[in-house]
Amino acid sequence: MEKKKLVLIGNGMAGVRCIEEILKIDTEAFDITIFGSEPHPNYNRILLSTVLQGDTSIEDITLNDRTWYEKNNITLYTGETVISIDSEQKSIYTNLGREVAYDRLILATGSKPFMLPVPGADKEGVTAFRDIKDCETMIDAAQNYKKAVVIGGGLLGLEAARGLINLGMQVDVVHLGSQLMDRQLDGTAAALLKKELEQQGMNFLMEKQTAEIIGEKRAEGVRFSDGSMAKADLVVMAVGIRPNVQLAKDGGIPVNRGILVNDYLETEVGDIYAVGECAEHREMVYGLVAPLYAQGKVLAEHITETGTSQYEGSVISTQLKVSGVDVFSAGHFMDEEHTKSVKIYDEVEGVYKKIVFQDNRVIGAVMFGEIQDGPRIFKMILEKQDVTGIPKIAVMAAPVEETAESVVASMTESEVVCGCNGVTKGAICDAIVNQGLTTLDEVRDCTNASRSCGGCKPVVSELLEYTLGDDFKYIEQKEAICSCTSLSREEVLEEIKSKNLKFVKEVMHVLDWKEKEGCSKCRPALNYYLGMMNPQHEDEAASKFVNERMHANIQKDGTYSVVPRMYGGVTTAEDLRKIANVAEAYNVPMIKLTGGQRIDLLGIKKEDLPNVWAELDMPSGYAYGKTLRTVKTCVGEQFCRFGTQDSTSLGIELEKKFERLNTPHKVKMSVSACPRNCAESGIKDFGIVGVDGGFELYVGGNGGTHLRAGDLLCTVQTKEEVITMAAAFLQFYRETAHYLERTSKWVERMGLEYVREVLFDEESRSQLAGRIEEALSYTKEPWKEIIKNKETKEKLFESLSV
Amino acid sequence: MNRIEVAKLSKLPEKLGMSLKVGEHDIALFKLSNGKIKAVENRCPHKGGVLAQGMVSGEYVFCPMHDWKICTESGEAQGPDTGCVKTYKVEVQEEKVYLCL
Repeated sequence: MEKKKLVLIGNGMAGVRCIEEILKIDTEAFDITIFGSEPHPNYNRILLSTVLQGDTSIEDITLNDRTWYEKNNITLYTGETVISIDSEQKSIYTNLGREVAYDRLILATGSKPFMLPVPGADKEGVTAFRDIKDCETMIDAAQNYKKAVVIGGGLLGLEAARGLINLGMQVDVVHLGSQLMDRQLDGTAAALLKKELEQQGMNFLMEKQTAEIIGEKRAEGVRFSDGSMAKADLVVMAVGIRPNVQLAKDGGIPVNRGILVNDYLETEVGDIYAVGECAEHREMVYGLVAPLYAQGKVLAEHITETGTSQYEGSVISTQLKVSGVDVFSAGHFMDEEHTKSVKIYDEVEGVYKKIVFQDNRVIGAVMFGEIQDGPRIFKMILEKQDVTGIPKIAVMAAPVEETAESVVASMTESEVVCGCNGVTKGAICDAIVNQGLTTLDEVRDCTNASRSCGGCKPVVSELLEYTLGDDFKYIEQKEAICSCTSLSREEVLEEIKSKNLKFVKEVMHVLDWKEKEGCSKCRPALNYYLGMMNPQHEDEAASKFVNERMHANIQKDGTYSVVPRMYGGVTTAEDLRKIANVAEAYNVPMIKLTGGQRIDLLGIKKEDLPNVWAELDMPSGYAYGKTLRTVKTCVGEQFCRFGTQDSTSLGIELEKKFERLNTPHKVKMSVSACPRNCAESGIKDFGIVGVDGGFELYVGGNGGTHLRAGDLLCTVQTKEEVITMAAAFLQFYRETAHYLERTSKWVERMGLEYVREVLFDEESRSQLAGRIEEALSYTKEPWKEIIKNKETKEKLFESLSV
Repeated sequence: MNRIEVAKLSKLPEKLGMSLKVGEHDIALFKLSNGKIKAVENRCPHKGGVLAQGMVSGEYVFCPMHDWKICTESGEAQGPDTGCVKTYKVEVQEEKVYLCL
């Protein structure tokens, strides 16, 4: 049977998402053709404001690139606009004279920004904020001009204004009403928001009606109906959007505000459907992504004749994407005659929360300043939960049992779990169910969630448990080193030992790796384990991450940064002079102090590295390695009037002793001379705090991705005891941690009590300290090694040029 | 087609990339463990990472920036990532490596 022809008009988020849903159900049902007026493949319009604010680039917000269309045999016409529909002949016609016949037609024409019909609105420098082109216009303007006026103090206008401030422009926000975001916030929240944004540098012109854009060819200012004026080199109109219905209307498809659709997203003309911002369902037109996606799902089932779900409208929630401002709003949030509400207003902290009730049910909420309860309240609204008998103020605070049970259960499907890669709860749960995923690694490989910073791993893990339910417990959660093998770290170590394996390649071969040559996860791990078990193991360059192979930190543009060793963060005039000379000789574009009290020379070309090192004639600061990075110190008793210990000398001694040691992940240490803790010893892998007559030792602290205060391991009396305890701790960590496991995670996995048991036992402590001495005895200064080795220099640091 | 001599075979390290500049072209040259020489555009389709500095496994290279896995044969990023780098034809003759542009 010949496939039915499906044509989608509108290559945006709603339409393409609907196609994705159709393909999920049946890849063979239709011959699909998509038309988009913009020259781009489908991108994430919501994230345009983050592009403008400088957090992402346009490339990063592409949702489906052209290969996706090709892979799914979709014919895509971009930069081509459909100009008419003939629903009798079942054909559409484009501005390029193309005629395409359809069996089913989906209209996803989205919205048009509403441009105020004032004189001068067509001048150069006046733009909407709707698509990539507008975004580019604004970014360009920011490079050449200073002053912007954003008309409209709603969600979009505020996001645009913040973006322009980030781009270095002065911004006035003009608003017709007396409060910002009046469709999402009540008066109190709006006032708090205004105050916060003013602190961020936004200037507001409230209750102003725009009368005219003035200027010659290009906009130079805005005149208001009260006669006042504002200077403007750029005018952004963000006063609202209108469903784009002209095409449908001309084609005889009934429209009101939007294209009228029923619960199956059918228009009133046969075989023609509408989804997204252009559709009007039960007198509602939605402009947010969650309802559009919900519509797409229903339509996909209906059009493939595989289900009978109906779309029954959506309750919407909003969050403003402006950094530093936490706003949440959902449902019916305004107080009315028949509603009652509970409010908390903490003027001191700038926190405001309101929950609106009607007939003992939660129907809406507004939050400012603290929004973590948003998803939970939103769920109560969606489920129309009956709260009869519960004190209404208690609804505001999360019930303890409920959060303990599962935080993930209360998250909405569209809530983003992995912020780095924009992966939603819905996407993760879908993948778990449909692809039969059972481990964190599988979820990462399939969806990208937790792939970048890894901060969301605990949530992904909970989602696995929540989605799989009891099944989860029966699946053995043995963590394989990577997907090249099913063996865990312990099993691999055991095999290396019993079979006396010596090289990465040998391990992979003997242990029958699925991927013969391994991957970027297992090879560095094996290289580390081999070195940890056999201190004489020669590091294998090809199995090291670029920074450790090059002994410098690679930067985004492919240049490197160089951090010379500066023991304890203490330097000399002579060293500073050398650094300055090198910086000048090599035109170093940035010299920066690091968080670990070192000097970083950034932007050095790969080819120059060996020469830079030679001229510095200082040891490598190892700012790039899985090793002891730095021992940070405070001034200490030599100068400080509070110091109770000589922190700098002890820091220098520790750093000289343990530098170059390879460890499972980076290790940071610090020594403070008193409990004021100026060297921040509470957030270091091994932190030392001098007290009168001794030292407190803190372990497992972390100031990075997993912020964690260190645990007090013990208090000792002498410097020698500090050093022995540090040695035993580091060696115990080296021998038992997974590769890339920081001490913060390791301490939690091992349990502090167990770590203490091992380190407090005199015999095991001295054995550990002995083994670390051996490991340290084989380390070499890497920069010097490279400088004198011509072959390494050629292989690693030279480039070919023809 | 333009055939340009770019390197001596013995100068290429195994399982490591080499950056190569030919006129306007930034190229990453790889000698795979099977002895084959591959050349791809030296810019990861993700954020422009220097592929020549990536870890090489079989015919794949892992970008050093964000660990995308790129096939040196087809130039394509491996799932779940999508994207493609340009590939260049390479010929080896008498211990010399030629690039076909």
